[in-house]
Amino acid sequence: MNLGAHADFIVASYAVTAFVIAALVAWVTLDYSAQQRILGDLEDHGVTRRSQRAGKDKR
Amino acid sequence: MPVIDLANPTRFLSIISRVLPWLAAATVLLFAFGLARVMTAPDDYQQGATVKIMYLHVPTAWLSMMCWGVMSMAALGTLVWRHPLADVAGKAAAPIGAAFTFICLITGSLWGRPTWGTYWVWDARLTSMLVLFLLYLGVLALYWTAEDPGRGSRAAAILALVGAVNIPIIKFSVEYWNTLHQPASLFRKGGSAIDPSILIPLLIMAGAFTLLFFTLHFAAMRNEILRRRVRSMRLMQAQELAKARS
Repeated sequence: MNLGAHADFIVASYAVTAFVIAALVAWVTLDYSAQQRILGDLEDHGVTRRSQRAGKDKR
Repeated sequence: MPVIDLANPTRFLSIISRVLPWLAAATVLLFAFGLARVMTAPDDYQQGATVKIMYLHVPTAWLSMMCWGVMSMAALGTLVWRHPLADVAGKAAAPIGAAFTFICLITGSLWGRPTWGTYWVWDARLTSMLVLFLLYLGVLALYWTAEDPGRGSRAAAILALVGAVNIPIIKFSVEYWNTLHQPASLFRKGGSAIDPSILIPLLIMAGAFTLLFFTLHFAAMRNEILRRRVRSMRLMQAQELAKARS
């Protein structure tokens, strides 16, 4: 594939796009891990959501 | 299952956890297929190889506007029905829309230098896209800096609705004003002006970017629901501690 005289502009466009998409994917993945970890810690300390508590009370 | 059940955050989480891996796999496959088609697509007779930048620029331009449309509908849900999932959808879409608008501006600029001889001109299309990017940053600032999340969400929803005025301005800017940016080549009277050898890879890339948007949006919505659960559990923990001390 010959990108011609303006190859730098084409490569830079694809590099910027790949970087921004990678940053978005990293953001959602790391954020998910962080929220799961915090929720796990809270549950380990006995903190439960109101709906979970209501479910337990009914039983 | 009634559609209204999807509006329940717990039900939404359960559906998303099943759908998301398939959506992510479809996104990767469509990108691989699209990029393979882009590599073998011919150069444009005027633009030369720089037409390859269009396979990134055009889909991200479409999606930056579509994302604002999603945020505007979510804003209606927040302000009129006060539905928590609508607010979650709006907040999750904003960073993705800002990122797509950023890609659109940068790739457009990198295409403009070899084609027009300049990275930037203050014409109506480029300026209205820059305004869209600034609006995204404004919405993000409202979501991320408000001390009271409820007030921040309502303010962001109002800005999303007001900012929707900019979308038709972007779309019709190339028709109403004399711009350096070329007029519409695809959605225009008389059909597409693009040759199928370039149009088909472009549409495949647009499909891949659309799948990417929905994958990221659903994943970000799931994270936001979990973040709100963490917040409410911490509030409950603080209330119980205060009660125990008194």
